[in-house]
Amino acid sequence: MNITFALATAHRILTQLRHDRRTVAMMVLVPSLLMILLRYVFNTEQAFSAAAPALLAVFPFAIMFIVTSITTLRERTTATLERLMTMPIGKFDLLAGYAIAFGVVAVLQVAVATAISLTWLGLEIDGSVLLLVLIAMLDALLGTALGLFVSAFARTEFQAVQFMPLIVMPQILLCGLFAPRESMTPVLEWLSNVMPLSYAVETLESVTRSNELDGTFARDLVIVAGSGLLALILGAATLRRRTP
Amino acid sequence: MVVENLRVRRGTRMVLHDLSFEVPRGSVTGLLGPSGCGKTTLMRSVVGVQIVESGTVTVLGHPAGSAPLRDKIGYATQSPSVYADLTVNEALRYFASILRAPAGDVARVVAEVGLGTHADHVVGQLSGGQLTRASLAVALLGKPELLVLDEPTVGLDPVLREDLWALFHRLADRGVTLLVSSHVMDEAARCQRLLLMREGRILADDTPDALRTSTGADDLEQAFLSLVRRQETLA
Repeated sequence: MNITFALATAHRILTQLRHDRRTVAMMVLVPSLLMILLRYVFNTEQAFSAAAPALLAVFPFAIMFIVTSITTLRERTTATLERLMTMPIGKFDLLAGYAIAFGVVAVLQVAVATAISLTWLGLEIDGSVLLLVLIAMLDALLGTALGLFVSAFARTEFQAVQFMPLIVMPQILLCGLFAPRESMTPVLEWLSNVMPLSYAVETLESVTRSNELDGTFARDLVIVAGSGLLALILGAATLRRRTP
Repeated sequence: MVVENLRVRRGTRMVLHDLSFEVPRGSVTGLLGPSGCGKTTLMRSVVGVQIVESGTVTVLGHPAGSAPLRDKIGYATQSPSVYADLTVNEALRYFASILRAPAGDVARVVAEVGLGTHADHVVGQLSGGQLTRASLAVALLGKPELLVLDEPTVGLDPVLREDLWALFHRLADRGVTLLVSSHVMDEAARCQRLLLMREGRILADDTPDALRTSTGADDLEQAFLSLVRRQETLA
């Protein structure tokens, strides 16, 4: 991997975003607005505090997934990808550039949503705030990596948008947010066990509930990071220098 | 550049049938033929992004698409391939960093394609001709030894076309090899060699003068037509 190429690509993507202020504003603010909405839907700080950690994982995950899959698809369908594939940049350099650029955006997104939840919305956590932000960021990166991967299977932007209900919604339904994972029927529990978002939500919940972190926490963290890396590697494998 | 027995299939359709030809270094070779005849597929094979069924393409002594060629080939796709949401300068700076081109290169290529007054404009807001030139500018970055340009002069005004062809010849004089496609015959006369294509086959591979002499035609349009007729009577 060539870090210069990856950084140049990240810089280019962030410059593209800078020209599109409305998208930037939405990416940074929408998760926070949804947290605010959720707080008043629950109408008590206790109920909000119970659900909020999981949603700090879910919102950035879903938004980064969709933004990344569309942006990457655009690169694939315009001839810019073909042109880059005739140049010295490696496939993994390109995807790493995407991950770095959207990682930066994810940091902003999560930092704002967490700050608002902790100060204004009355979210109470017993563990480390820093760890909470770190996990939520890792989660946004997981969304980015999955978005990069699935963009390979979409021919049009309509298809890319449809991957969001297909890939993201089941993970949200099965991650333990709506029903405890242990109480699901064996098939659903098994499905839940192979979905990376379940582990992301589990780590966030353990950070908010206690400041003692056990082996499960470490294992979950490794699973989330590992799934992100795996999706990135699979995404690189779907990029081809030669096409039909 | 040497192409030997190149066959390319796209889906069920055979696009290139057993092509063989050579392009000498430091020349401007025109690739002419009606649209849909396989020009773009051939060019994609030369830059190494096309899956080929059989045959070989050797460029500057290396197999097409191999790693040593990646900073020696400038390629301009038919549809302009520059990021629409960046300014001309920003887009060129990105490609320059990927090609490890020196810092002054962006200003040089902007001047070469005559986009100086539009360097800070967003690519998506350029006119068609300006967009084509921005895409061409990317191909000129660095020190390409082979330029593969797919219809680089479409939609440009005559003065600009004249300037670009002068630039192509200056580059060829410096030893750069150029393969330029077009579907307008009046551009053919500006090339040193011509490859005339039709339906995935090469009809002729010669100099413009030799083509006119061998077919007895006054202009290259007529020469092309008489070659097509000759091929059809043979078939």
